[in-house]
This record gives sequence, structure tokens and C-alpha cells, in this order.
Amino acid sequence: MGANEFVNKPHIGESVRRVEDARFITGQGNYVDDIVEAGQKYAAFVRSTYPHARLTGVDTSAAEEMPGVIRIFTGKDIAGKCGGLPAGWMIVQVDGAPMKEPQRPFLAIDKVRYVGEPVAMVVADTKEQAQNAIESVMVDYDPLDPVIDVHKAANGPALHAEAPDNRCYKWGIGDKAGVDAAFTKAAHITKIDLINNRMIPNAMEPRAANATFSRATGESTLYTTSQNPHLVRLLMCANILQIPETKLRVVAPDVGGGFGSKINVYPEDVGVVWASRALNCPVKWTAERSESFLSDTHGRDHHTHAEMAMDKDGHFLALRVHSDVNLGAYLATFGPAVPTYMYATLLAGQYKTPQLYAEVDAWFTNTAPVDAYRGAGRPEASYVVERIVTRCGWELGLSQDEIRRRNFITEYPYQTPVAMQYDTGDWPKCLDEANKLAEVDSFDQRRKASEAKGLRRGIGYSSYVEACGMGPSRIVGQLGARAGLYESGEVRVNPTGSVTVFTGTHSHGQGHETAFAQLVAARLGVAIENVEVVHGDTNRIPFGMGTYGSRSLAVGGGAIMKALDKIEEKAKKIAAHLLEASDADIEFENGQLTVKGTDKKISFGEVALAAYVPHNYPLEKLEPGLDETAFFDPPNFTFPGGTYICEVEIDPATGVVTIDRFTCVDDFGVIVNPMLVDGQVHGGVMQGIGQALLEEGVYDQETGQLLTGSFMDYTMPRAINLPNFRIGTVCTPCTSNPIGSKGAGEAGAIGAPPAVINAVLDALKPLGVNDIDMPATPFHVWTAIHNAKA
Amino acid sequence: MDMQGSRQLVVQQQEAWEALNDPAVLKLCVPGCKSIDPDGENAYKFVTGLKIGPVDATFKGTIKLSDINPPNSYTINFDGNGGAAGYGKGTAQVTLAPKDSGCELTYTAHATVGGRMAQVGQRLVDGVAKQMLELFFKRFNDEMLRRHPELAPKDASKGGGIPKWVWIVVAAAVVAGIIVATR
Repeated sequence: MGANEFVNKPHIGESVRRVEDARFITGQGNYVDDIVEAGQKYAAFVRSTYPHARLTGVDTSAAEEMPGVIRIFTGKDIAGKCGGLPAGWMIVQVDGAPMKEPQRPFLAIDKVRYVGEPVAMVVADTKEQAQNAIESVMVDYDPLDPVIDVHKAANGPALHAEAPDNRCYKWGIGDKAGVDAAFTKAAHITKIDLINNRMIPNAMEPRAANATFSRATGESTLYTTSQNPHLVRLLMCANILQIPETKLRVVAPDVGGGFGSKINVYPEDVGVVWASRALNCPVKWTAERSESFLSDTHGRDHHTHAEMAMDKDGHFLALRVHSDVNLGAYLATFGPAVPTYMYATLLAGQYKTPQLYAEVDAWFTNTAPVDAYRGAGRPEASYVVERIVTRCGWELGLSQDEIRRRNFITEYPYQTPVAMQYDTGDWPKCLDEANKLAEVDSFDQRRKASEAKGLRRGIGYSSYVEACGMGPSRIVGQLGARAGLYESGEVRVNPTGSVTVFTGTHSHGQGHETAFAQLVAARLGVAIENVEVVHGDTNRIPFGMGTYGSRSLAVGGGAIMKALDKIEEKAKKIAAHLLEASDADIEFENGQLTVKGTDKKISFGEVALAAYVPHNYPLEKLEPGLDETAFFDPPNFTFPGGTYICEVEIDPATGVVTIDRFTCVDDFGVIVNPMLVDGQVHGGVMQGIGQALLEEGVYDQETGQLLTGSFMDYTMPRAINLPNFRIGTVCTPCTSNPIGSKGAGEAGAIGAPPAVINAVLDALKPLGVNDIDMPATPFHVWTAIHNAKA
Repeated sequence: MDMQGSRQLVVQQQEAWEALNDPAVLKLCVPGCKSIDPDGENAYKFVTGLKIGPVDATFKGTIKLSDINPPNSYTINFDGNGGAAGYGKGTAQVTLAPKDSGCELTYTAHATVGGRMAQVGQRLVDGVAKQMLELFFKRFNDEMLRRHPELAPKDASKGGGIPKWVWIVVAAAVVAGIIVATR
């Protein structure tokens, strides 16, 4: 079934209330830390206090004598017996060499490379005993100078022997010679230097892992806060523990937020499995918030120089981009892919930019590993594109609206110079709708009113595009992914007509249990409450790649739709037999199977019962049962896009930025549940505003200590920082999945930051401020104003 | 973290020097100090308790003296390890010189902290270090007055010229150093 037919089905486009909320808001969720096994033991990790040091000794003798301590594991216990944590992508460098790929053991063996790296694991009878014991493990460090700043990495001490200059890779995409040639013909060149600040994800639920082991069967079960349990199983079995997948079950039950920080296979996941197998008992670890700050993967951290060549009318001719990116101390699972294929392939933005070349130098530093964070590469790209586009307009005297409109892509499909082929969109329309919703016509009046109060008002645009729906396996395989990125879906119709859906995606706040039930209800005519969605258990789900990159509805929903096609087809055959008609004459609508042109019909529930009680059934032609599985591998990415307009008011006396209006017009293709989409936009924009105004992960340059290691020092956005959002949508159905959806999970975090900073600069321009980096805190804004005066 | 300053001490330079090199005095005066024992020539081992906001731990470490120029100056190298709570380490240059009726102690300290202390306590470290330094000098002064009652000011309420010591640095080192912010 295609998108055009599907959108007219019942429940599609309906804001069905989230079925999962009843358990969440009444405290009935089942999170990893809620799981307590018989004979449960607890792990705690000794973490490096140094950013860079040789490990000269780990003395566990005093800790071993402490009450309740069962065993203490150190790097010596695992050396040579356990594989390292693998990277999921291989990046090929500009010179054709593979990226540098150092080992990452789950406990440090001879060296520590960031503050917070696990050095030893204590297992004890209680959590408190384990935590007390880690205080008594004495670690001898021989400190080395840390590398914190990417610009100094090349000349700093090497973290890894494999990368003497600390560079993991130098990678490029696009036509360098073509870009160089285009620049020689430019009438105007705009240049910009940007920092995309380091983010610490701070999911509401800290990470946790609980592993059980049966010596009788040799089977382990790992309950973990993961966005992709099958990937955890795959990497843990194939690369780390080297056991058959049949011997490890991974369960990600209710998970309280991921934002990319839970797509990794983490050292602690491996640790509890290792300990439970060694000790033949269940072992659980739950992160303290302080551990989350230190040891969750961080996001972003790019330093970029970009140049745009234009003709005299402001038409873009070529874009040249160089980024130094901070990978942290080790390669995280998606770490190498985020600042390359998920970043530079989006640098064309919504614009006809005939030539584009981007080069990325990726550096190891003595900081926490960096991986995906809501948007993962695409926010970094949209920040570069939307900041430089606004700057181009500024320098040429064109409005933010006009510089965009003049360069918009208007014909689809559109092949960009950096690999992506946009299938559908209507970006001028998104801009028009955003102008209307934001009441841009009356902006000048509002600006005057602000000025009358001694405040500065500014308006900022951001017309972002991103690539979601990871992904077409053939393409991502060419790009270096070491796994396919299809999705599986199983639709099991039970004998009495209720339906269980098994999906390889994972819901950690998205509302899949509601949205996927809507798909089934729409197609089969069963009540939403009679559909159960199962996810997050490798023993129950055929297979899956999990949830990230706004892929769940586009790819996971696509698999469910394909399984539903098979269910419908088989149901029609069963109905044809029961109604004594030919298969081709059966129509399936609203839960009824009807012989075309007659009043002969049978309900879907009766067909389901017949499939399981096949007394009157075409057994010679058809198997009993009504349970179908499908895998869906999309032919292309999806391309959500839109325009965000931010209006800020700034008090020049204090530097405080107040967001007065925030308008989003997004094209997400077909929307199944508008309420869920609004929630995604709200959350994404909130995180984008957090990045633009408040949040920044800071390491001390001299000591390598994380200075923003608690909520006292790392500012999370709060309701008081936000206005009521104005949200609108435009729909051009996506052509690469059966639903026509494009994905909405990350758009807000991608579109918002440049809109905010463009607005801040628009407000400060009359004061002589030309540039400001994120986060635009009161201090940074005030300093910029005063430096401009000087 | 960098700290520098000077303190007027009530005792003569030689007395100050001796006291600053007396583990018994130091144990008495360094806030939280549980033990401080000689550990070879010009070196000490110490155990001290330390609380910075949410971080409350026992630190064990060493103090080594170098560039010793009695009774004028020395350099203190300190290194304390609080296990999971983190570490503090640094150096301090301390000089004594006669001044008024007593002597003046001048110190310059550079210290770094790591681990949980840096992560959750760093914004509290400066304040704690300062507080501990004050407490050290108060105790040191009291002890000097106990040992040299003749130096007590006639008006006891003035309590004046609280001794400033090399051990300010030690205090700063052991205490502050451990605590010291990572700036």
C-alpha cells in the first residue's frame, strides 16, 4: 500500500493519546533499575581521575577485604581474553588509507585516556558496599600531559600508538578542484568561523545494565538502557565476548530518553555481562548522575571554517568547508560516521550550490568519546549552512528571506554535489508558511516597541534539511557502515483478532506503542486498544537495528506496512475460501472482507479465528495461522526540511537573551499522529535552544577535568527559557517508504540553533557585534557588546 | 588554581621556621589532618579528611620539601590521593622574612584537583581552600601563642597578627592543594 492510499485510512493523522502514558505517569514503567533478580549482586566502577596517564598499578587488596565485596576485576583480568568495543563505521581517508582504529578495552589495561574511563569493577552484595569499596581501590597513575584542544592535538602527546599525531582520519567529500575553480569566478566571498559546542546528553534516566547468567545453559541475559538491543547483542557476541548470539539475550525495557547517547555498546554493559558469567550471579550497575556526565558519549564539538562563493546577485556558486572535530579518547559506535557521512552530506542544505567540497580532520583527545546527539552531524551541518547563508545575505544587503529564496532548490528529485538525492520537498512554501505564522510582517513594530524599552530585538531564520530514515543498506555500506540499516516488523494476528506487533525499533519516549498501533488499526480495522506493540527484546523480535536518526516510522513503520500487506493478502485468501469467491474479488475495508459488488462479507476477526481453527480452511493451498514478518530496506534516505524563525529580545545591560517567539514549519511528509510529532518538535527545539543559549560541556585545558560535571555547572533548558511554540506543517509525501513519512525526531535540534544565533546577531548588529559563539549566555552576549564598543 | 598571599606571624622567623617543620604543629593546625609523619629526609606522609560540598573523603599523600634554605624559604611539593574522590597536587613556594616584631610568611601555590572533586566540587574549591587556610593560620597562631605566651598581645581580643606560615602553603597545599580548584 502506498502513501496516497494510506493517508485516507482511519486513525491516520489522528492525535491518538499515548497508550504508554498510563504506566509512565503512574510510576508503573519497567526500567532497567527496576529489575531485581534473585541473588542480585551490584557493580560499581573505579574511574580514572586523570585524563591521560600510564596505569602503573591497581591495588585492590584493601577493597577486597571490605564488607560484601565478592570480586574486583581490573584490566589484567580481561587482557587478551576479551575483544575491544568496536566502531560501527569505517571511514576511508582522503589518501585511501583506513581510519586509525585503536582498541578500546572495557577496563583500562595499561593507560587511561579520559577522566571517567573505567579502571576497575567491584562486585558486591549491595550497591552501597560496591560503592564503598571503589573508594578503597588504590590506582597508581603516571600522569601524562592531556590533549584537550583539537587545534593542539597534532603536536600533543599521542593517546594511541596507532595515531602518533592523534588524527583518526582526514576525510573529504565533493569536488575540490571544481570548488577552487568556482571561487576564482566569485563576485563575492563570505567567510565564517564557527564552533559547534560540546553537548552532554543528560537523558532523564541514567544508563543502567543488569546481566544474568545460567551456568546450566550458558545463556546470558542483559537488561540495558539501549536504543538498539540487537546491535548490542551483535557487537557484544561477534566482537567483544565472541560467543554465539544464541547465548546472549539483550532486553531494553522502558528507557527514559536516549538522544543518541544510548546507541553505544558501553564498557559497563560488557562489564556486567563479564562479571555475571565469571561469578554465575546477576550483576547490576546503575549510573549515578555524576557518572553520566563523565561517561555517557558527548555530542557535537566541531570547529569549522566555511567559505561561500557567490555571483553578484547572491546566487551560490560553491561552498568550501573545513572542520576539526573532536572524537574524544576512543571511537564510539557511530563516532566516526557522525562528523562525516551524517554531516558533510547535508552541507548543500536547501540550496542549489553547484560545487561543494568539505574536509574533516577528526582528532583523538583526552575527553569522553563523542557520538550521536539528537541530529548527529546534521545539526552541525545546518549550523554551518544556515549561519553562512544569513551572513551572505547580511554582506550583500539581502534579507534572510531573500537570500534563501534566491537559492532554494525548487525541483525534485534533486541530486546534491555531496551524495544525497532529495526526493521531495517544497521549501519556498515552508518559508512562506513560517513567515505567516511568525507574523514577520509586523516585526518592525515589535522591534520598535522593544527599543522603546531599551531592549534589542532580532529575528533569525533557519531553513534546514536533514537526512533521516537510516537507511538504504546498499548506500550506507558503500559509505563505511559495518551493518545493514533495514528494519524488521512482525504482525501476529491472534486467534480472537487482537494483534501483536513486533518491531526492531525501540521506543524510549517516542510513542511507538501508539503510532504503530495506529498503523495496524488503520489497515486491519481492529481497535487500537487491541494492538500490542512489542519492542526491545532480542528473544521476541526477529531482528532490528533500533531507533536513532528519526528512522522508526519511516523504516520500522515501513517493515510493519509490508508485513500488513502480507496479512491482508492472506486474509483475503481465507475470506475468499469462506465466502466461496475468488481471491481477486475480495475487498478489505474497515475490518470487513467483502465480495466485490455483493453484500457477502466476513469480519477480520472471523478470518483470524478460521486461520487458527482451520476446520473449514483451504489447507491444501494455505498454511494455517496469521503471522507475517517483513524486512524493509528503504531505497533512499528521507529528507525532512522546513523553516524556523526565532525572535529574541536582548537586554544589552545584562546580556540576557529572551526568546519571544519561535516558529517552526516542518515538512515531515505524512504524519500518523500529529500530537506525537508536536511533542518531538517541542523536545527537539528545546534541545536546540539549550545548545544555542545555555549548554556547553567544558574540560579544563590544563588538567583535563570535566568542569561541567553536574547540573550546577551544566545548564539544562527549563520551561522558563522557552516561549509557546508556533508550529505548522507542510506535507510532501516521502517516496522511499510505504507510509510517506520523513521522520520528526531530530528536526527541532537541527533547525533551532542557527535560528537562535541568527536572531541574536540580528539584534546585536546595530551595536557592532559581528559574531558570537554558542552558547550565547548572558556573559558571552554582554562581553560581545562591550568588545564591540571598545 | 593559583593562590598567593602573605601573613604576618607573631613569632620570630627562626621560631616560625621550626614550627613549620614540626609535624606535631602541622598535625594540630592543618584542618582535618589525621596524621603527618616523617617519611625520609625532608618528606612527610599525611592522612587528612576533606569535605568539599558533596565530596567527603580521606586523602593520603606525600609532602616533599625542596630548595630548602633555612630559615628563609622552601618549596613544598604535595600530592594527595582520595581514591574515587579524586586527587589534589601541586607546589608552593614559601618564604619567611623578618617584619615588625615577628616575621612575614609569603606563599605562592599552584594546585590542581582531579576526579569527583573537580567534577562536582570545583566551584566550591576556592572557597573551601580559603576557609581552610584561615583556619590553619588561626590554629597556628594559637599554637604559637601557647608556646610563646610572652608574645600574647596585651589586648587579647585583638588577636592580631595571626601567623602566616609557610604552612599556609602547606595548609594551602595539603588542604587547599587537595581542594584546590583546577583553574
